[in-house]
Amino acid sequence: MIHSKTLDPNFKFLIAQEPGGENIRRCFSCGTCTAGCPVREVTDRYNPRRIIRMAILGMKKEVLSSQFIWLCSSCYTCFERCPQDVKIPELMNAIKNIAVKEGYLPPSMKIQLELLSSFGRLLEITDFENEKRKEWDLPLLQEKTEDVKKILKGLGFHREEKIEG
Amino acid sequence: MKRRLKDSHLNSQYTLFLGCTVPVRAFNYEISTRKVADRLGILFSDIPEFCCCGYPVKSVNHYAYLLMAARNLALAEEKGLPLCTLCSACCGALTEANHEIQEDQDLHKRINDDLSRWLGKRYEGEVKVTHFIRVLQQEVGEKRITAEIQADLSSLSLAPHYGCHYTKPSTIYRRVEDPENPTSLDRLIEVSGAKSIAYENKLQCCGGGVLAIDEEVALAMAHSKLEHIRAHQADAMVLLCPFCNIMYESNQRKIEKVYGKEYKLPILFYPQILGLAMGIGQEELGIKMNRVRPTELLKKINKKAD
Repeated sequence: MIHSKTLDPNFKFLIAQEPGGENIRRCFSCGTCTAGCPVREVTDRYNPRRIIRMAILGMKKEVLSSQFIWLCSSCYTCFERCPQDVKIPELMNAIKNIAVKEGYLPPSMKIQLELLSSFGRLLEITDFENEKRKEWDLPLLQEKTEDVKKILKGLGFHREEKIEG
Repeated sequence: MKRRLKDSHLNSQYTLFLGCTVPVRAFNYEISTRKVADRLGILFSDIPEFCCCGYPVKSVNHYAYLLMAARNLALAEEKGLPLCTLCSACCGALTEANHEIQEDQDLHKRINDDLSRWLGKRYEGEVKVTHFIRVLQQEVGEKRITAEIQADLSSLSLAPHYGCHYTKPSTIYRRVEDPENPTSLDRLIEVSGAKSIAYENKLQCCGGGVLAIDEEVALAMAHSKLEHIRAHQADAMVLLCPFCNIMYESNQRKIEKVYGKEYKLPILFYPQILGLAMGIGQEELGIKMNRVRPTELLKKINKKAD
């Protein structure tokens, strides 16, 4: 049951202001996205048509706190097929960006941010990799860069202690 | 870009962008690419300071993603060469960031203000981004590749896996090929002399995009494709993205365990296949690093009779 009192009619406008969310109000719920979605094919926990409908209705808390918004695999199949150019994977990212601002960051994404902050890459380049590169006569890679940390800190969307764990 | 097109020598020179996954988990992709490129006269220049392309933070903060991408593009710009990626997600993320920056002056200015303030860098928006397989298809071309073929791969049936970010979103790639019916990898497989097979749901996503969020879902997606390929008794799957490789090769044993099945399907990067066709030794192509040993496949390759 959806209670109209709990709905936030401004949610769709908030999403439309976020990069990637601009076309949300074009959606007429045809379901082309869901029909061709490879994630939907293996689990019914992800249903893009349903998520967009919930967002347009203003079910802000339900959408932002959900795990399902994180299940888009960004394959862009729906992006190519959507008759209304809703750009669904970008729309999902817009919703996720808002969710993060509201404090909903999945643990695995937090770990990824920590890795990026520490090494500048998702996977650490160690002496092992560079030794191997030497054996193959390949240019060595810089093992660490502080630049990603500087970017994340500069944007201040995460406090240092949160990123560094 | 016009400046570069005039000089044909510079056209075959690229800055190689490895990304996070290739140097740690798909080293065979890198070395086979370098061997094949060398044979075809493609020169790579390296930048050891490259960081992650930015793709993983796109879902967390779009602007942080753009800054990370712009930092890499700024480094590449200093070299004055087009950027060639091996990972399709890197290619998509850098191409898309490039478009956004080039098309929005206010955003471009904001990016440069922050790049210079925090990192002492600046990006003019001049770098061209491409994927190594696209370089083979578009810049090198079938004719020049064919001239280098020295082994007979005609007994091989290979299942091409395009993955997603190599063709989609088609808007950022200026629709270089139909995302619903791509043919470039099929063509390149045929050029190597092997047979490229058609199979059900050929364009399905590997699931890598949700691996960190929900492993069960990701494995289910990869499993479904392994099933479709098995139905056609392919000698191997051929792909062009290191993250797709994680799903189909690194996780193949796990998928076999979860679903109680056995695939033993060799997964090869396209440059490995092309390298074999060019008569380059398997050692030099990093075949030993392939987790599913393509023993039977290698037995089917013959020296070309003159």
